[in-house]
Amino acid sequence: MNSGRQEAAEVSLMSRFAGKLGDLVDWIDARFPLTKMLKEHATEYYAAKNFNFWYVFGVLAIVVLIIQLFTGIFLTMSYKPDAEKAFASVEYIMRDVEWGWLIRYMHSTGASAFFIVVYLHMFRGMMYGSYKNPRELLWIIGMLIYVALMAEGFLGYLLPWGQMSYWGAQVIVSLFGAVPGIGPDLVEWIRGDYFISDITLNRFFALHVIAVPLALIMLVVIHILALHETGSLNPDGIEIKERKGADGIPLDGIAFHPYYTAKDLVAIVIFLAAFSGVLFFAPEMGGYFLEHANFEPANQLKTPEHIAPVWYYTPFYAILRAVPSKGLGALLMALAIVLLFFLPWLDRCKVKSIRYRGWTFKLALTTFAVSFVSLGYLGLQPAVEPFVTITRIFTVLYFAFFLAMPIYTRFEKTKPVPERVTYEH
Amino acid sequence: MLIDSLNIKALDQLRDGRVSMKRTLRVLAFLMLALPVTGWTAGGGFPLQQAATDVSNTGSLQRGAANFVNYCMGCHSAKYVRYNRLAADLQISEDQLVNSLMFTGGKPFDTMSIAMPPADAERWFGAVPPDLSLIARSRGTDFLYTFLKSFYVDESRPTGFNNMVMESVAMPHVLWELQGVQQAVFVESDHGGNAPPVFEGFELVEPGLLTPEQYDRFVLDLVNFLEYIGEPVQLQRRQLGVWVLAFLLVFGLLAYALKNEVWADVK
Repeated sequence: MNSGRQEAAEVSLMSRFAGKLGDLVDWIDARFPLTKMLKEHATEYYAAKNFNFWYVFGVLAIVVLIIQLFTGIFLTMSYKPDAEKAFASVEYIMRDVEWGWLIRYMHSTGASAFFIVVYLHMFRGMMYGSYKNPRELLWIIGMLIYVALMAEGFLGYLLPWGQMSYWGAQVIVSLFGAVPGIGPDLVEWIRGDYFISDITLNRFFALHVIAVPLALIMLVVIHILALHETGSLNPDGIEIKERKGADGIPLDGIAFHPYYTAKDLVAIVIFLAAFSGVLFFAPEMGGYFLEHANFEPANQLKTPEHIAPVWYYTPFYAILRAVPSKGLGALLMALAIVLLFFLPWLDRCKVKSIRYRGWTFKLALTTFAVSFVSLGYLGLQPAVEPFVTITRIFTVLYFAFFLAMPIYTRFEKTKPVPERVTYEH
Repeated sequence: MLIDSLNIKALDQLRDGRVSMKRTLRVLAFLMLALPVTGWTAGGGFPLQQAATDVSNTGSLQRGAANFVNYCMGCHSAKYVRYNRLAADLQISEDQLVNSLMFTGGKPFDTMSIAMPPADAERWFGAVPPDLSLIARSRGTDFLYTFLKSFYVDESRPTGFNNMVMESVAMPHVLWELQGVQQAVFVESDHGGNAPPVFEGFELVEPGLLTPEQYDRFVLDLVNFLEYIGEPVQLQRRQLGVWVLAFLLVFGLLAYALKNEVWADVK
């Protein structure tokens, strides 16, 4: 009897608490659209129920972004952006700062992880036609995020002030010298000096910790807003909004929360397991995530035998080196990225998903993927035969994918697209 | 003739009781051997031997630490490594640390820096001996292991030794007393003509204080120590990793069960 009374008291306490919480939410809602936003972007944002594993990389990119921002803040507390002290301060973080090694490895592993998930996210878009009408702007915003990310990675790579930081920056910055007319002046303006120096390190630090992250966060918010306006596509490439039930909810749609929050949580845990596997057991990842030469302090008098950028830039670096002329090489490299922006207009096929597209596109996309990965590998190799010739072949194939796209997609023999998404429980 | 150009003040500093007599003599021996020579040049494709390092072998690390302090720290620093961190990780008491590893005085929380001024080092050796805190991470343990075993007698070199891994290396063969003197044996190339002779192997021409097996062990302990100081936290890192993965496995199973529960009504 006594316990019964106690239980009743507890229940009334909880309901009173819930009531108070509800009052608080009401108070906020009268002043800020909290409930409205939660509904719009989570509990009443409908996504197709047939997402496959390719659809987790957007969420994973946000997870990595949060990891990078969080660890970056803590690194900044102990890092010294000073050519005399930078290298030593990184070792100070690795050895003397409490948990510094963990924070630093999270950040360095996060950099590579960011590119892995973003590349897979982009490839998903290419497979299922996520860039097509009406998602062209969404794709372009995404491409801007990718470019910002490349800048962020490049700027950050100088900060440890190791040999590869220094000479990698030297090589990449000197590419701007290929700009006609103003080239040499432009390079000097970027470096703020006649060579990569303390001045360069300071400005790269400012850009890496403030300017580019700020742009990245804003672009990511815009990307998500644009996505929630058009709605997510799905592996069948069907617009679920075109078939709604009597309640106005898409027949094939399910609420983002709780369905996809629950599903994405599983994906996040699997991702974190892979991430931890690298972080705790192979943080250098065989010299690909942390290059061996970068454990030697920057020395402007000693050029390393073999300069290779970090793996996530190597496809473009390979394209740069495929051309004997530096100016033309730099131009091609820029074009290799710029062409991606135009994908929504280069692709003339009305069918979105690769599931219902013709063999020409399947072949072209496979060729593109093989070329991109191969160029990534070749960019890490020294520029000697037979690598040079193979690099040239894949460079041609890479560009052929884009430049021939208006032709091979126009006459594509597509399969009929079903009315409803394919979903087997 | 080299002794004339020596910085007597620096030598006095070295001798000022902060360095044991034996070590001073050793430093002097180097200096007399060393002439300004070319710095570290790139090694060709000399095949590297695998260094079976194991940073969980505390005994090996302790021996490696002693080897490092006795034979390397005359010229090389490990300026990011703190003595007391070393002692804690290698299970060395503070007394042992001060008495057997810290010859230059200082406090246990000091880093393993050396007294040799870089400018003098450059003048004496032709190159500043690199700091070794991160050498195992930049060069790899196989490289270091093979390098320390590949000195061979070469009268054309100012130090009297050359190295198969790093040709014309500025570093003298510090461990020759222990290893003895070995000769590089070259045979004529099968290709004939002007093809350069092919390296066949080393031949010990003057035995050292250690047998070849003991010397290998000595070098391995040293390289093991270098691997440890490259990243002192590496053992704890792997240990923590196991717990993190175990947690993620349990959490992942719960998350998966939650997902199935939530998705039960999706047809």
